[in-house]
This record gives sequence, structure tokens and C-alpha cells, in this order.
Amino acid sequence: MEEILISGLVTIVTASCPLIFAGVGEVVTERSGVLNLGVEGMMAMGAVGGFAVAHISGSADLGLLASIVCGMLLSLLFGFFTQYLLINQVVSGLSLTIFGLGLSALIGRDFVGFSGLGFPSLFPDFLRDIPVLGRVLFDYNYVVYLSLLSPFLVSWFLFKTRAGIVVRATGDNAEAAHSLGIRVVKVRMLSIMFGGGMAGLGGGYLSVIYTPLWVENMVAGRGWVALALVVFAAWRPILVLWGALLFGGIAIIQLNVQAFGLGIQAQYMTMFPYLATVLVLVVMSKRSIFQKSPRSLGRLFFAD
Amino acid sequence: MLILKPREEGSRLMLWLSPFFAVFVMWVFGGVMFWVLGLPVLEGLGVFFLDPLLSLRGWSELLLKAIPLALCGLGLSFGFRAGIWNIGAEGQLLMGALGGSVVALYFYEVEGFWVLVLVLLGGVLGGMLWGLIPALLKTWSGASEILTSLMLTYVAGLFLSAMVHGPLRDPDGYNFPESRLFSDSSLVPILWEGTRLHWGFVVMLVLAFLLWLVMSRHRLGYWMNVCGGSSRAALYAGVDPKKMVVISFLISGGFAGLAGAFEVSGSLGQLVPVVSPGYGFTGIIVAFLGGLHPLGVVVGSLVLSLTYIGGENAQIAMNMPSAVTGVFQGALLLFLLACRTLESYRLVWRR
Repeated sequence: MEEILISGLVTIVTASCPLIFAGVGEVVTERSGVLNLGVEGMMAMGAVGGFAVAHISGSADLGLLASIVCGMLLSLLFGFFTQYLLINQVVSGLSLTIFGLGLSALIGRDFVGFSGLGFPSLFPDFLRDIPVLGRVLFDYNYVVYLSLLSPFLVSWFLFKTRAGIVVRATGDNAEAAHSLGIRVVKVRMLSIMFGGGMAGLGGGYLSVIYTPLWVENMVAGRGWVALALVVFAAWRPILVLWGALLFGGIAIIQLNVQAFGLGIQAQYMTMFPYLATVLVLVVMSKRSIFQKSPRSLGRLFFAD
Repeated sequence: MLILKPREEGSRLMLWLSPFFAVFVMWVFGGVMFWVLGLPVLEGLGVFFLDPLLSLRGWSELLLKAIPLALCGLGLSFGFRAGIWNIGAEGQLLMGALGGSVVALYFYEVEGFWVLVLVLLGGVLGGMLWGLIPALLKTWSGASEILTSLMLTYVAGLFLSAMVHGPLRDPDGYNFPESRLFSDSSLVPILWEGTRLHWGFVVMLVLAFLLWLVMSRHRLGYWMNVCGGSSRAALYAGVDPKKMVVISFLISGGFAGLAGAFEVSGSLGQLVPVVSPGYGFTGIIVAFLGGLHPLGVVVGSLVLSLTYIGGENAQIAMNMPSAVTGVFQGALLLFLLACRTLESYRLVWRR
């Protein structure tokens, strides 16, 4: 029983990582007033780019770096469309996802069937050998710790630094921010790129460390779940962390229940995380006290 | 440098020209992509975009695939014009396919033309009910219809899979996850002898015309435009935005559901695990390529249908990866959006 609990806890943490990365990144993007629905596509590009580079170079770290770059490049395209060409953000984000899923499948066709590299744990053996705690606390690679840390770092950035206030001001009232001399488009471009890089890293984590292999459609809706998590977290990075762990938990429990085989068709269990997302969205949207969406979210800004 | 200046009024010329620009840029992009992939550029483009148009069989397949694409695009264009973002048409299509199949299998031994009518209505109903869920969640709690409709697409896919692996599986089918072949009375009659093109194409055209009538002549069309403009305008005009959400989802869900029913009772003839290669998602591109206008959507569906058929051709003839189709479709939408900018903004040179 203890063994099940420990390994369950560990798998929940590792399963949540991509959601944390993508969700925290999207919080910053949305805090600057931009709704980027392309998370799923950016994650897919990060996954394929990361796996490809890791496979070719033999370095998993280089792969993760490449996944960040891939996500960022795709988000630049989105930024160009929404900030310079002034195209509707919803449509741009959707097309980014469609394009990213297609392109990732095309690039990834040469990498199907290879397995990834191993990824070492951060801490030395003697720490990991501590009973219970060793497994639960010290048996992860550095990317996992980075993902657990990122919500706190981003939260500090958004709420305690001057730059963070600028981002939030841009998202709450772009016109007022503009009249105060804030360069709205620049702030938004940077926020979009941060969101893209984090989504890419989330995808890269999936293909380089978590699975580790590349298959088409491997992101499997995690990008959309991350978008829902942002609403769930009321645009607060630390709440994204708890939300992601909750969703990671649901995904893992669902898998374990499938393994026990309760005579329920597997498909019904696989539905569970998606249904839970809908449920959470509804509950959070109903309780409007928690809703503090950035006021300029999704609206175009045109200086002049 | 070049900057964008808003036009006083949207340019009608650009509205008409932008889809053509976009398709042209997509070809250029495709050429570059083939070059990068190390494929012969002109031959590749020829196999992809020209060969299907050189044979009668190619044309019949083109029109056949245009049916679900156009139906999805038509339904979606109504909601998109009203600013309501149903991106779960794929799920509604799958539920329509399921609804149609349930009716077809229930009346397996019954004969008569009305069986087919019931099958199609079953599809419409399946799509409508599935579309109603995100609509009601939106009006009841304000939950983003974008996210809920998309999540429900995954659920619909899994539900269809569970059904075809379980209760709807053919009892004499050696455990293959397929339903029985539908009996003749629930199959859509063939329109063009010797090909697979069925009467669904005519039904689609009639529906496109009816939708155009509604959009341009009926009160609903007026409401749709007011809602798409701004929520304040809608308030003054006495339009209930919540009602519009429900109506939009019923329309787009119904159209997508019908598309699903036509797939199982037309091209497939049975329920299989993979009913659609993403027609519901491609329908989004179709809707925008057609400028959210019913007539344009029908034309747009032919273009996107060509990318599917060309992709299949190129896969067989040149061993080209099937993913190329998806890239073309995504790129087309991106280029289209970029070109549409010229509709509401002018390029001005400023130092």
C-alpha cells in the first residue's frame, strides 16, 4: 500500500509538469491582455523539436533548449499576427494550433519509433535512498524542480517587480498603459514569447523526458487543459501549480483504475480528465468572486 | 516603414480578393516546403493540386469530401459571425455519426425511404444535443464555450470508440471494432452513377441556400450581425445574447451532426472507429476561407477538399507524408488571416 501511494505521488508530480509549464507561461501572456489559444500547437512543436534535437545531438538538455526555441518561434508568429497585423486573437490562436499540429506531424515522421535518452535525477544516491522521503522529494530530474519552482518565480515577477506591474497594467487597461508611456506592443510581444517558450518546454518535457518518444498527437489536449487551468487558477501562477497537480492526479488515478480493470470500458475512464476540465471551468466561471480576468484580455490594441 | 491604417469602411474588393491571395501564397509556401523536403517542386504541386482535377473520378471524390466540410463550415459561419466560438464541431460531427448509426442499426430490417430520413434526423439530433451542452454551460455559468466545446470533442471521440468497440459492434464481425454494414434503406442513394458521390451533395447545396436566406433575410441574420458587432449594440437592439449562444450552437451542431450522419450512411456505409479525418476542425478553415458567407463556404469546402485528395494522391504517387495535408491547411488559414488584414486596414508608408 505504501509503495502504491509513493509511486502514485511521484507519477502525479511528473505528470503535472507539462501542465505547469504551459499554464504558468499562458498566465503571463494573458496577464498582458493577450489570449493565445495556440498552446496545444506550441506544445506539439516543442515536443517534436525537442525530441528531434535530443535524438540528433545526443543531448537531452540541448533538446529541451530546442523545445523552448520552437515554442517561442511559433509564438512569434502569433505575436506578429495579433500585435502587428491586428488579427483577432481567437482565430489566430486556433490557426496556430492547427498549423503547429500539422507541422509537428510532418517534422516528426522521421523520428517515430525511436526511444529517447535517459534523464538523470538531480540529487545524489544517498539522498534518494532515504526511506519514503527520498523517493517523494529527491528522485526527480532538475526539470521537475524547475517546473515546481516556476509558479513561485513568475508570481514574484508579476506581483513584486516593476516589470510585472507593467505587464499587468498592459493587460488591465492597454489604453491607459499606453498613455503612461508603456510600449504596449513590446510588452505583449515579450509576454507572448515567454508563454510560447514555456509551452514549448512543456511539450519538450513530454517527448524528451516523460514518455520519452515522439508520436503524432502526443500532446493529447494538454495545451487546452493548460488554458483551462489558467481560468481555474484565476490568473494566479501559484494556483496553476495546485490545479496542475490536481489534474495530474486525476490522470494518474484514471490510469490506475484502468489497470485494475473494473469491467468498465477503458474509453470511459480516459474521458475523465476532459470531463473534469469542463466541470472545473463551469464551477470556476459560476463563482464570479474568483474571476479576475485581465480587463483587456483578448481585445486588440491599436496605438494612434 | 510600412504601417497599417484603419479603413473607414471594410474594403469589399479585398474581401473578395483575399481568399485568392491566400490560396496563391499557400502554393508558393507549398513549393518551398517540397523543396525543403527534397521533393520535386513542380511535380509535387501538380500531383497535389492538379491531378485530382484531371479525372472524373477525382472530381467525384472532391465533391464527396466537400459535403462534410461544407456542412461543418456552414454551421460554424453563423456562430462565428455572431462572435460565438464553437470549435467543437468535430465532436458534434462524431455524435451525429453515432446518432445516425443508432437509428440505422435499430431499423436494420425495416424498409422504406423514411428510414434514411430518420437516420439523417438522428444525426442532426445527435449533433444538436452535443452542441447544446457547451451552449447551456455558457449561458448558465459563463464558462468559455471555446474550451468546453473542445474538451467535449475528446469526450465524443472516446464515447464513439466505446460504442463501436462495445454495444454497436457487429455480432458476426470476428471482434473487429465495426458495426454491421447498414441495410440499403439507410444508405444515401448515389447521385453520380459509377462513383461514390451521393445525394448529400444536393442536400448540402439546398441547406447552403437556406442558410443564406436566413442570414440575409430573416430576423435571425440581423440578430447574428448585431451580436457580432458589439455586446452593447446587441443590448440596445433588444437581442438576447444568451439566446443567440443557444441558437448558434443548435445550428452549428445540427449541421455538423448531419455531416456525421452523411459520412456513415453515405461514404462509409457502417460505423467505424475513425469516422472523420478532422472535418470538424477543417470546417473552421472552410468557414473563414469562405468569408463566413454560405456561398463562399461552399467554394471554400472544395479548396479544402482538394488538400485532402491531393494529400492522398501525393502519398500514393510520391510517398509524400500524409502530414503535408495538415500543414497546407494550417498555413492556408494563417495566410488567409494575414490577407484579410488588408480588408480593414490600408498599408501606408510612413517615415
